[in-house]
Amino acid sequence: MSQPQRKAVALISGGLDSLLAARVMLDQGIHVEGINFYTGFCVEGHTHAIRKKDKAKPKRNNALWSAEQLGIKLHILDIVEEYKEVLLNPQHGYGANMNPCLDCKIFMVQKAQEWMEKHGFDFIITGEVIGQRPMSQRKDTMPVVARESGALDRLLRPLCAKNLSPTLPEREGWVDRDKLFGFSGRSRKPQMELALHYGIEEYAQPSGGCCFLTDESYSRKLVDLWQARGERKYELDDIMLLKVGRHIRPRPHFKLIVGREEGENNFLEGYRKQFIHMYATSHNGPLVLVDGCLDGEADLQLAARLTARYCKVPPGELATIEVNYGDGTQQQLQVVPLPEPEQKLEWTLQ
Amino acid sequence: MSRVQVDARRLLCPMPVIRLQNRVNELQPGDEVEITCTDPGALNDIPAWCRINGHAVLGSRRQGNEWIIEVRVGDGDR
Repeated sequence: MSQPQRKAVALISGGLDSLLAARVMLDQGIHVEGINFYTGFCVEGHTHAIRKKDKAKPKRNNALWSAEQLGIKLHILDIVEEYKEVLLNPQHGYGANMNPCLDCKIFMVQKAQEWMEKHGFDFIITGEVIGQRPMSQRKDTMPVVARESGALDRLLRPLCAKNLSPTLPEREGWVDRDKLFGFSGRSRKPQMELALHYGIEEYAQPSGGCCFLTDESYSRKLVDLWQARGERKYELDDIMLLKVGRHIRPRPHFKLIVGREEGENNFLEGYRKQFIHMYATSHNGPLVLVDGCLDGEADLQLAARLTARYCKVPPGELATIEVNYGDGTQQQLQVVPLPEPEQKLEWTLQ
Repeated sequence: MSRVQVDARRLLCPMPVIRLQNRVNELQPGDEVEITCTDPGALNDIPAWCRINGHAVLGSRRQGNEWIIEVRVGDGDR
């Protein structure tokens, strides 16, 4: 009697490792479907979609592209709300920046486990390689991910399985352990050779991962946001805005988000109803959102002069800045652009 | 057969795909969805998602800064 075809759900990031892991399983006759998670911090696509200078870059979603190359279905899960707990209270702490990589991996495998049970799949595969990442992909953290996610021995890492104890799919003969791999370390050479073997010539090569939380500048802006608000909370709009524009905090109780080019100005336009915003009516310049409150005339003048500073105002001219408030009222100010030396370096969040 | 609208304006990819996916999961084969997006990335991502999940893009059109993509729900087999 023939065995039923076994089914695996593959965590597909859009990078080469997860693509290869799924490919190895397909080679063994396993039915594979992909799962991809949207946390709100994904680098993928957003800045390309916003910034005009990036318009020439391919806008494809690499996870979808990987799935199409593999000929498998892909399910994209919105985990923005649930992910907040992972980021705000990571049990295993942060990496070099605000990246809770180990907790993140545990959470994603846990979500994959839930999906697997709901859809009648047999096991989970990931493209993890021992030693590939300093926080989440180490020999000692591999069992932690399996245990704390609840996936236990239904979690198979085809690219480094030979360096780990046999999992259920291997012991039961659903997959042939001899045809799995024993990759380890940070070298990408074995993966590139395997890609060559499969005739995979094109793949995404994200440097520093695919998450904004590994980015030092982004992390600094996130921490600043929490400090200014006096609480560690965020909504999706908050973390989207941290990806866009110049962020300048001249006073603890407000910061300015200044569009750097047309694409960013267009994106910021979508937030006009939520923020006090200002722009020059006399000269070309950016749209500026005010995050926080302008407490009195001095703050208003400073914000307007900073806005004028990023406009094309010839020396000696005044700029007319229109300020738009949340209640629909407006006011116009004639200001001298703030000279560059007066803008303190520490105001700029970068 | 039903025809439904999905509003994905101001959402950046992959959110339009997720909105479409979640709506499609509630529909029957043959039903149609009209999704309105402002992120031009959706013009690549939605057809790619449809191809790999067995749905058909019937067409797309631009209205100002918005793109409207029409999708027919497939039977789940590619």
